[in-house]
Amino acid sequence: MSSYIETPNQSRLNRIWQSHMAYSFRRNPVAVVSMAVFLFIAVTSFLAPLIAPYNPYDPAQIDIMNSEYPPAWAEGALPEFLLGTDDQGRDLLSTILYGTRLSIIIGLCAVGLQAFLGISIGLLAGYIGGRLDSLLMRLADIQLSFSTLMVAIIFLAVTQALFGSETFNRYAIFFLVAVIGVAEWPQYARTVRATVLAEKKKEYVDSARVLGFGPMRIMVRHILPNSLSPIFVISTVQVANAIISEASLSFLGLGMPPSQPSLGSLISSGFDYIFSGSWWITVIPGIVLVVLVLVINLLGDWMRDVLNPKLYKG
Amino acid sequence: MSLLSVRDLTVKFAMREQTVTALNGISFDLAKGERLGIVGESGAGKSITGFALMNLLSRPGYIDSGEILFEGDDVVQMKPRALQDMRGNRMAMIFQDPMVTLNPVLTIGEQMVETLRAHRQLSREEARQIAILKLREVYIPSPEERLEQYPHELSGGMRQRIIIAIALLLDPQLIIADEPTTALDVTIQADIMELMLELCQSNQVSLILITHDLGVVSQMTERTMVMYAGRIIETGSTRAIINDPQHPYTQGLINALPQQTKPGQRLKQIQGTMPALGRIPAGCPFNPRCEYATATCRSQIPPMSQFAQVQVACHEVQRLQFEAEANRKEELA
Amino acid sequence: MSTALPRPLLDIRNLEKRFDLDHGLLETVKLRGGKLTREMRSVHAVNNVSLSAQKGEALCVVGESGCGKSTVARLVAGLLEPTHGEIHYDGSRIDNLSRGAMAPLRKKIQMIFQNPYASLNPRMTIQQTLEEPVRFHNPGYSKGEMQDRVVEVMRSVGVDPAWSKRYPHEFSGGQRQRIAIARALTVDPEFIIADEPISALDVSIQAQVLNLMLEAKESRGLTYLFITHDLSVVEHFGTRVAVLYLGSVCEVAETRTLFENPKHPYTRALLSAVPQLKDDRPNHIRLKGEIPTPINLPPGCPFQSRCPMANARCSEEKPMAQKQPDGSLVSCHAVEEDRITEIA
Repeated sequence: MSSYIETPNQSRLNRIWQSHMAYSFRRNPVAVVSMAVFLFIAVTSFLAPLIAPYNPYDPAQIDIMNSEYPPAWAEGALPEFLLGTDDQGRDLLSTILYGTRLSIIIGLCAVGLQAFLGISIGLLAGYIGGRLDSLLMRLADIQLSFSTLMVAIIFLAVTQALFGSETFNRYAIFFLVAVIGVAEWPQYARTVRATVLAEKKKEYVDSARVLGFGPMRIMVRHILPNSLSPIFVISTVQVANAIISEASLSFLGLGMPPSQPSLGSLISSGFDYIFSGSWWITVIPGIVLVVLVLVINLLGDWMRDVLNPKLYKG
Repeated sequence: MSLLSVRDLTVKFAMREQTVTALNGISFDLAKGERLGIVGESGAGKSITGFALMNLLSRPGYIDSGEILFEGDDVVQMKPRALQDMRGNRMAMIFQDPMVTLNPVLTIGEQMVETLRAHRQLSREEARQIAILKLREVYIPSPEERLEQYPHELSGGMRQRIIIAIALLLDPQLIIADEPTTALDVTIQADIMELMLELCQSNQVSLILITHDLGVVSQMTERTMVMYAGRIIETGSTRAIINDPQHPYTQGLINALPQQTKPGQRLKQIQGTMPALGRIPAGCPFNPRCEYATATCRSQIPPMSQFAQVQVACHEVQRLQFEAEANRKEELA
Repeated sequence: MSTALPRPLLDIRNLEKRFDLDHGLLETVKLRGGKLTREMRSVHAVNNVSLSAQKGEALCVVGESGCGKSTVARLVAGLLEPTHGEIHYDGSRIDNLSRGAMAPLRKKIQMIFQNPYASLNPRMTIQQTLEEPVRFHNPGYSKGEMQDRVVEVMRSVGVDPAWSKRYPHEFSGGQRQRIAIARALTVDPEFIIADEPISALDVSIQAQVLNLMLEAKESRGLTYLFITHDLSVVEHFGTRVAVLYLGSVCEVAETRTLFENPKHPYTRALLSAVPQLKDDRPNHIRLKGEIPTPINLPPGCPFQSRCPMANARCSEEKPMAQKQPDGSLVSCHAVEEDRITEIA
């Protein structure tokens, strides 16, 4: 028996580096580039208060006279505004950094909420089954038959009317997280339920039951850790979707207010000036949004291929 | 001339850390109509041998060196076109799991007719007639109706019969059967084995039977080859190998069967497990599990040599024989 | 043999299990001959099975796929609820207990599964896998006691405790099955249900695991319910054997009696079908056809469609278990009427 394992105990870090996932990551240039771009965007935007040349939230730093300067390489630009300024005279680079940070935060929080709801519901539906399963899954079907945007638009429009613009704008970020989070939980619930149904049949679950463990313990300690791969995969796709949803809602004027612009509201605010020649206010944040969503989706694709070649895109 | 002649066949797998050798210098001959059993545990390389003989290995596995002469042609050097022509036509293969071998969306008839027409200039009706004939040969009741059925409508035993019928469609010279009955129940297995034996004998077809079950080998084959960690360690007539095995591994394998021990007694087990392909020890691959291993065994790969009635690759075979003799005398005394 | 037997440890009485194939109203409605009718199809996995196991015994249940042997194991383990019938353990009924009431029995009855690649949680280290049941059933244990227990069971199944930080995928099939056995042993059970514990393993590894189970039986005084399709293992391991066919018991006998003098035609066919080393060609009793599906079974003997001895009575009346002079129980009209002739 001693012949079986000769390799010495490896350190944890080394193990991760040697793992299948790390290996396929290193071998996949698309994944490496996507990861680099994503990290670049994420790190710079999260460090926005430190690295941005101006603070777009500080009215004292904004001068309406600086409005609509083009990017530095165009004619008539001011060198201190690298990417130009928007209609209110804010430095576009700083605004984009802050806006991206907001978009990513909203995306992550909304997906966190989706995941929490979806995983709990999916676990219960899959493990307990029977009537509860039917009930929860029909709920999911109903939820899915409304488009996310439609639900969000109605909900946000109603809340905006109810609380008034002032209050709404102050808590917009929470409303956005809540509505995007609640609207998309069925994606998670369905995926988790499907995995749970597959895992539940495996003998390690039976053996846990024979050992007398309760359903909570079996769900959380045994089934959930084995259902993580598809959860990771759809999480990436869902983060990208949530960022787009947020941008769409903000673009429609139902999201972040112009005083605290996210990428979507920035694009929206520039849209009014696109025909007067100030294309950069819309186009540059637009490019950032597209690149951000694209790299997240590419990372999701790579992860799906590695973790589960059979799983289809959610 | 033998039907199949394999010389120094070496198969490697290019894994990401290293290239491992899955088959190491396999050589054997098979006469026309002969039935050969390849025995070994999982990881011994017996299935890979089957795939290599048909040149069916796919990445990361490849034939590194050696030759496989089948009716005088080297399978290793064959062009894809010639390979296609050979597979199914002159050499057929039967796989372990009858559930996955048949295409679930085509009827039995479509699959059989297609196979026939791919290799022979036949009309649909002629092909159908041959298919019915072959189904009858494998004792399938009402073959005309079966042709219209889909695989899922048939039981496991029936499916394996149909797979055998498909393998026989083009009257091949050689059938390679890789664990053909492992997925089946004992009573069905017995029927299928009997059928295969009968078909091989009446049609003068050679058979390579890959299995882990020594009982099946004993019933079905004339010659047996025992594999361990990618090498042939013992080969000879089936009766000789079963009644008087020389290699300690073969002995251990036979002695480990419950039939060889009185009920309730401890079975005679071989310690340890077969090494993974990347971790095959130096010298004789069996040496860490062998109770007779010496320094020579740990450093030198034993060559094949004739001993008693078999060919065996073991440095210590003489001492083993001597000790066995001494034990026998002791028991008698 | 039957004189004044003590109370059996496990007593299965008239156990039945049906699985409904059609769920909900809509699936049961069928169009038959232009009329809508309601029909329920169900799989009769286990039909009126009565078995018992004495303490220290290894009761083997053999049969081919679909005979309901695994269902019997899962019913006894409490993983399934019987449709009818009762299961008694050590004198008290266990088939209708709630999870809470079952908890103390979980320490006594443990199960080993067929597939060592699926029966260990892939995301838990061996240490975690073995510790969890100890902690769950002995909340008062200190860390040191727990560690000792884990080391002890790992030693007892021949797995080096130094490997406890590893994950299941780093072990071979045989090692994993040892670990699965170790986990069952952590709670110090007295009764073990083993569902085909060696059929996924290689020959040389089968012997190792079987030896380990024999050792555990002797050193811990275990009682086994051993489910298998492999008759040579039964002959070696079992004290008593029950042969199942399509969910019904054909024959129950002491192991030696069964192998020396099988009575039921199915038992005979099954025994003859095992390939023996001494055979140089297949020689077995040929049966007609194949095992029918256990969906909506016809009346009469379940084996009638393949039995060479079947007659009109067999297709109408289901045979009851009859005690034979040598102590075995056989359910067969042909045996009862003494019209068994040498077949094949």
